[in-house]
Amino acid sequence: MPNPKRRHSKARTGSRRAHDALTARSLSECPNCHERKLPHRACPKCGYYKGREVLEVKEAS
Amino acid sequence: MRHKVAGWKLGRTTSHRRSLLRNLATSLIIEERIETTVPKAKALRPQVEKMITLGKRGDLSARRQASAYLMTREAVNKLFDTVGPRFGDREGGYLRIVRAGWQKGDGAEKAFIELLGSEKLQEEKRQKRAETRAKRAAETKKAMEEAEAQQQAAIEPPEGGEKKE
Repeated sequence: MPNPKRRHSKARTGSRRAHDALTARSLSECPNCHERKLPHRACPKCGYYKGREVLEVKEAS
Repeated sequence: MRHKVAGWKLGRTTSHRRSLLRNLATSLIIEERIETTVPKAKALRPQVEKMITLGKRGDLSARRQASAYLMTREAVNKLFDTVGPRFGDREGGYLRIVRAGWQKGDGAEKAFIELLGSEKLQEEKRQKRAETRAKRAAETKKAMEEAEAQQQAAIEPPEGGEKKE
């Protein structure tokens, strides 16, 4: 079986991972409750989308 | 290149997929709004729009074509009596898909798909659900109180000899 000939340095590992960063999701503001929400989706906090489009949102119990 | 990959297979065989879409279409026409995953909603949209176009045509041939696809007579009747005429002045685009949250378990994105103009019906349905919920909550509360009272009675035997219903 083929095996690594030499140990990888930390720098090599680090520089390989230089491009692996995650990007934050871009969020938009809900026009109804001003929470940050994902764009093009109903607001999970208040259930609104485009003026009405209400989903039932459970009140904290 | 994204050539020749139109449509959705949904990880199902042809017959499984056809059944799924027919069931979803039937439910959507009867209920006016259903909740499902985003890919299923997207796959469903063209099917239901075709059905509604049949509903607008309204002749016997159209009715037979719709009956061949939809699962229940009830859905066909509703399609031709109320849904079709409702969209008389609209050239397609009868449905609305709104993304709403994620499914527990596999994290699939959920959406609801609804017929345009069903807002009032949805409001009524929501009202009804709230009422049932309140009723059920009241019943549970009552049952719990009764159970508690019986337990109390069991602890104090001299007073709790007779059980009330």
